[in-house]
Amino acid sequence: MADTGEGKKEEADYKRLHSFPLIRHTDMPEEMRVEAMELCVTACEKYATNNESAAKMIKETMDKKFGSSWHVVIGEGFGFEITHEVKNLLYLFFGGSLAVCVWKCS
Amino acid sequence: MITCSVHSLCGILLPGVIRTPNKGINQQELNASTEVGEGADEWTLSKTLLKPPDQLELTEAELKEEVTRILTANNPHAPQNIVRYSFKERAYKPISFVDQLAIHFSLDGNLLLRDSDEGRRQSARIDLAPVASTVIEVEETEVKEEGSKEDIPAASAEEAAEGEEPPSHSMKEQKLTNQFNFCERASQTFNNPVRERACQMEPPPRATFSATANQWEIYDAYVEELHKLEKSKEKEKQKPLVAKKEDKLRGRKLTSLESQSDDVTKVTKAAKIVERMVNQNTFDDIAQDFKYFEDPADEYRDQEGTLLPLWKFQYDKAKRLAVTAICWNPKYKDLFAVGHGSYDFMKQSRGMLLLYTMKNPSFPEYIFSSESGIMCLDIHNDHPYLLVVGYYDGNVAIYNLKKSHSQPGYKSSAKSGKHTDPVWQVKWQKDDLDNNLNFFSISSDGRIVSWTLVKNELVHSDVIRLSVEGTTLEGPEGLQLQTIGCGTSFDFHKKIDSLFLIGTEEGKIYKCSKSYSSQFLDTFDAHHMAVDAVSWNPYHMKVFISCSSDWTVKIWDHTIKTPMFIFDLNSAVGDVAWAPYSSTIFAAVTTDGKAHVFDLSINKYEAICSQPVVAKKKNKITHVQFNPIYPIIIIGDDRGHVTCLKLSPNLRKMPKEKKGQEIQKGPEVEIAKLDKLLNLVREPANKPAK
Repeated sequence: MADTGEGKKEEADYKRLHSFPLIRHTDMPEEMRVEAMELCVTACEKYATNNESAAKMIKETMDKKFGSSWHVVIGEGFGFEITHEVKNLLYLFFGGSLAVCVWKCS
Repeated sequence: MITCSVHSLCGILLPGVIRTPNKGINQQELNASTEVGEGADEWTLSKTLLKPPDQLELTEAELKEEVTRILTANNPHAPQNIVRYSFKERAYKPISFVDQLAIHFSLDGNLLLRDSDEGRRQSARIDLAPVASTVIEVEETEVKEEGSKEDIPAASAEEAAEGEEPPSHSMKEQKLTNQFNFCERASQTFNNPVRERACQMEPPPRATFSATANQWEIYDAYVEELHKLEKSKEKEKQKPLVAKKEDKLRGRKLTSLESQSDDVTKVTKAAKIVERMVNQNTFDDIAQDFKYFEDPADEYRDQEGTLLPLWKFQYDKAKRLAVTAICWNPKYKDLFAVGHGSYDFMKQSRGMLLLYTMKNPSFPEYIFSSESGIMCLDIHNDHPYLLVVGYYDGNVAIYNLKKSHSQPGYKSSAKSGKHTDPVWQVKWQKDDLDNNLNFFSISSDGRIVSWTLVKNELVHSDVIRLSVEGTTLEGPEGLQLQTIGCGTSFDFHKKIDSLFLIGTEEGKIYKCSKSYSSQFLDTFDAHHMAVDAVSWNPYHMKVFISCSSDWTVKIWDHTIKTPMFIFDLNSAVGDVAWAPYSSTIFAAVTTDGKAHVFDLSINKYEAICSQPVVAKKKNKITHVQFNPIYPIIIIGDDRGHVTCLKLSPNLRKMPKEKKGQEIQKGPEVEIAKLDKLLNLVREPANKPAK
């Protein structure tokens, strides 16, 4: 019991440690990248329980700021292969278990 | 019925009868129907005096006669008795009234009564209301139109046209225009021709990307990231120390490079080739001699050879400086380095380091100048771009030819243990265990120092301190003061690296080892004066040669205390060098300007070639070096000139091949045998030489 308790603590620890947004792959320019990253963090925190709403928020904001048309996928376990416009892709991890992929392709 | 009395002539025109002019017509004529104008009947005028020719001649009585005429409206031409058949009475009856109307002219007109049927019909068609006072209205409307010009000219023109048809005008048309006051004007502007323009944008480039998002992937990524962060934190602590030093060095190097860049540098390569071509053409005969000339006279001179002078190298700025060191480059066989300085104790000035190539005898390839005279130099075997020089002021320095500085890359200083006296010889050693470059230097201050290039700095370590044996004095506080000997030359054994020889100013030669720092392995009482050069035989492991200012050149076996051969050259010997291609040939140069070449296998007592090399007598020769592959030697003198001489075939005789034995060692073995024999018998006295 104590072990599992410690195990849980560790989990919580690493999740805390690993909750910062970690950019896995991107080819965006600096400013766009920063903005998109912050937007993703905001959305995910706001809609922590509902990935769809978070994705919707991200997509709509990106469309407004950077033009149509953006696509957003948020989840914990998925594989993907996408075609994106060059310099318009952001793939990051967040919250220890979420992966967010944002790309533009009209 | 018209009755008139005609008093005088009068003409009456009955309706429907055309009156013919100029002809008198009277009733008679009329009654006579159509007789008009024919025969002037009673056409009398009271006044007339003229009488027409056909006038009736009447008597006066007849003329005065009053004639009564009765005018009636009867048509004289109308028949008076028209009879018509009456079927009733079956008889002809005369018509009571005969029509007396005679129509003279009739014309049909096209006026219609407005109220008649046809008139109404027409007006209805034109759609004009039958109005009584139409003319007045026309005038009114015209006035209105003139006042107000807002009417559409076309409509009003139509109305005007309609209005002109006399009967038809309506009150509805208020704006009437006519063609006389108003005219149509229209204009068409130029329409630019139409052009099609089309543009197709390139779509923004696309790329594909694929990845998997799993829990473990995410976890791994985070762990890695944290790891990196920790590492970078550690590195940051170490960074600031190292960064500063590197920056300084880089700064210096950058500035010196920038200052040397010129527009001429773009042409350097081409210029260099052209220069060499010009030189080759100028010194063509010398180049040919160098390559191909073999003195044919040598066949006749059995035991003699000659030195053929080839090029002479000199440099303006080094004119006053003596050649203090020469060294061939181990890699580029035509490149050699010359160090300039001064042997004169009193007149010490700057020094120069020049590198010449045989391809360009007129100008040195590399020029370095220094504040202090250069006394010795050496080129590294493995790194032919590194030169080490020793200065008169006791410093040593390393020059790097690859870099375009005019300053040495590394230099010792007072702090880093420079010698306190001129450095007489420097020699590169093999890289030490840490792959650092190192070299040895020997100086008059009695120290033999090993220098190592560690991390861009020269680190020194004393190897041996020379002391003169037997002269230890007792100092005031019981210290053992030792007179320090002055080293003037040294040479390392070709095979046994740690073994080396030192020549001193006292005339002694010490055999030392690197491993023993305080004691000598052996001492040779070699000369009476300073030993100018010592050199191991390139082939024989035991033999070395030494020369001195006491006019002698001596050959030794390092196991034997006494020399094997002694040669007296009648003048102070500046330098001696073994030939690289034979174990028995060596050359010596003297201060009287002569070069001597010896071949022990041919002549054990005398030189096989003794030749004055330098022009002026006061010119002393200071150094000599054999070229590793070509049969030439270079000789430096104290005027700053370097002369290149070719060895004639006799001087280059290779020993005959013996079966089963190595060529090089062949003759030496013979000599050794001779040595032993001679040693027993030999007189120590010098033998007179030519």
